[in-house]
Amino acid sequence: MGKLNLDPNTISKCRHDASVIARQVQVHIDKHTTVSVERSLLRMLGVDGVNELMVPIVNVVVDHILQNANLAKGVCHYLSYACHEHIATPNEIAHRVASGALDLSIYQDLSKSPYLSDLMPYFERTLARIDDMKSIRKSWIERTPKKTTPHKYVIVATGNIYEDIKQAISAVKKGADIIAVIRSTGQSLLDYIPNGATTEGFGGTYATQENFRLMRKALDEVSESEGRYIKLVNYASGLCMPEIATLGAIERLDMMLNDSLYGIIFRDINMKRTFVDQYFSRVLSAYAEIIINTGEDNYLTTSDAIEHAHTVLASQFINEQFAKLAKMPSSLMGLGHAYEIDPSFENSFLFELAQAEMTKEIFPNAPLKYMPPTKHMTGDIFKGTIQNALFNIAAVTSHQSIHLLGMMTEAIHTPFVSDRAIALDNANYIEKAFKDFGNEITFKPDGIIMNRAHQVLEHAQQLLDEIKNDGMFKTLEKGTFAGISRHENGGKGLKGVLIKDDCYINPVLDLMLSRLEVKKNAF
Amino acid sequence: MPFKSQWIRPYGDTMNDGKIQISFSLPMPHDALGEEAAKRFASLMGIHNPQIVHSTALSESFSFYIIYGTVEHQIDATTLTVTEQASVSLSKEEVEHFIEEHLVSPIVIVGASTGTDAHTVGIDAIMNMKGYNGHYGLERYQGIKAYNLGGQVENEVLLEKAIEYNADVILISQTVTQKDIHIQNLTAFVELLEAERMRDRFIVIIGGPRIHFGLAKELGYDAGFGPKKYANDVASFIVQTMYKKGRKLK
Repeated sequence: MGKLNLDPNTISKCRHDASVIARQVQVHIDKHTTVSVERSLLRMLGVDGVNELMVPIVNVVVDHILQNANLAKGVCHYLSYACHEHIATPNEIAHRVASGALDLSIYQDLSKSPYLSDLMPYFERTLARIDDMKSIRKSWIERTPKKTTPHKYVIVATGNIYEDIKQAISAVKKGADIIAVIRSTGQSLLDYIPNGATTEGFGGTYATQENFRLMRKALDEVSESEGRYIKLVNYASGLCMPEIATLGAIERLDMMLNDSLYGIIFRDINMKRTFVDQYFSRVLSAYAEIIINTGEDNYLTTSDAIEHAHTVLASQFINEQFAKLAKMPSSLMGLGHAYEIDPSFENSFLFELAQAEMTKEIFPNAPLKYMPPTKHMTGDIFKGTIQNALFNIAAVTSHQSIHLLGMMTEAIHTPFVSDRAIALDNANYIEKAFKDFGNEITFKPDGIIMNRAHQVLEHAQQLLDEIKNDGMFKTLEKGTFAGISRHENGGKGLKGVLIKDDCYINPVLDLMLSRLEVKKNAF
Repeated sequence: MPFKSQWIRPYGDTMNDGKIQISFSLPMPHDALGEEAAKRFASLMGIHNPQIVHSTALSESFSFYIIYGTVEHQIDATTLTVTEQASVSLSKEEVEHFIEEHLVSPIVIVGASTGTDAHTVGIDAIMNMKGYNGHYGLERYQGIKAYNLGGQVENEVLLEKAIEYNADVILISQTVTQKDIHIQNLTAFVELLEAERMRDRFIVIIGGPRIHFGLAKELGYDAGFGPKKYANDVASFIVQTMYKKGRKLK
């Protein structure tokens, strides 16, 4: 029993409604594939490289099938026939297609491929690589001293991967546990992944396989010298969501921002597209033991944190169910929320603590991701430091897991190396000073904190009931989340959604699902 | 006393004592040499007797300094000029009344966060019903029809929509300012307007944390609004400018 005396019946009603909502969407997901899922499959088959115009070969091949044949049969249909006929690897076939030497449309009218087994060794090789990454991570985590306080998460965003590395190392030396490399603004809307190490980005650095590798290598080195594992985060979101999840799994990222609802609402990505992409990404991340981060915190950057707190909770319930359908254990569900109440509001800290504590009690096994004040940061760095301190107190007291540190220069610039150091000093101090505070306190029955938590839960339940009746697509059209309305057939990326043909095959998805099922039953 | 000079320095606790604080990091290890370098920088900035009150290592190769000192520079405040907008800031009700009195409603306003900038917090604060910090957004104003196109809107699309909605005013928000990307983007929009010979058709206003009136003028915009400006400030400028320019007069 938690400290807030939340009603378990209301919570289970919420979970039930959310599961109905997620299953309604899953019906759509199961019927469709997308260009980005197909490109992920090519990457998992070992297809690599770019053409002379720097277009990734995976894009060239998928576009080739889209234009000249029927992509609804899936890339595996074409690749299995071609690999068999030419006795070649998928990468060789892909490069021949890219050079114009091979036309895959000749396989378009053939029945379901009998040569799938020809592809399986390539998929197995990638899964084996991911398995290796899992065991490296696991052994690192076993060697890392355990702590009961939140993991300190900071962002680097210089645009230049080599500068990012310097800033990341400096942050680790000051106590950071998790480093996120923010992507260049606009990358979520690119329908391809840029190639190689990059030094030119705005408000962030491009997510590329080489940048992932460089940062992972640098963090491994600093993990070694610090004697604790430093986790790396990037964004499996936007139009290339599943491909980035693939690269992240291969290059041993540890966390991925991964939330369709965020993309739909804040990046205007088409919902039909991104729900399908998200499912594949989450199955893959579950397989790779990568923690996902959901983006509910963002709702409060446009909506009021007092009035709309229940939309955050409702969305967390839905995201939990989406993750469950992807066979993801709770221990990988980094559900998001934020400290965004207007500081001029009386008792704002009590309301924040109520929300944070409530979230932890409802999702006790999820590594919750707690986001700092941003909306009400003004450029007054001195006040900002105090706002961040209160946020840090709420994070430590309510036992959040992933603690994204606020920067006093929020609303001014992407953090300077010193801004990050000051934020870490602030968090380190409070982590020590408040270490067991949360275990020492109880809340007054019928007091402000308890009543607030009950009210938010109740409102979330009512909202979920409404969403269950409306369905997810209509709910998004109504602008329930963040006050932003999106249409089923609007937004970016709809053209890349295809209804699966009868002979569509995605053998690696099935393989991952069955292995996840085995693992689940083993516990 | 219009011609009397007014020499000032920063104020710590005594008039013109020139006390200031600065903080910065250096790409040097935190050691005696690093401290010396920090002091040298302070001296070059005209700070006498720089005192390093705090310093620390940020990593093996970076260090951080907080310095207090006495700045030697002084300025004559009477010689300063600033470019300020000529409009008076009205309340929401006063703006609505002004429109009813003088202008043909609705005043059509199209706004967006443009280019690759996905941050809509600024444009939302000005345009959305709810507004910000107790100041309702333009969508709630009587006599104004406001269209918020959201984030990552291309310059061309913004102009297209402004024409489609027959807009009187275009609002552009820019939040990401790293490497001055906002300047490039804002310059490109003015160039687009000029190339399409439409610069005079609209009142064009920019906003964002690093935007100010002087910058807006320099870039060829009608006005610019920075932090602590709300929907009523923007609306006040709009209605008064329309009145002055004789647009949509009753």
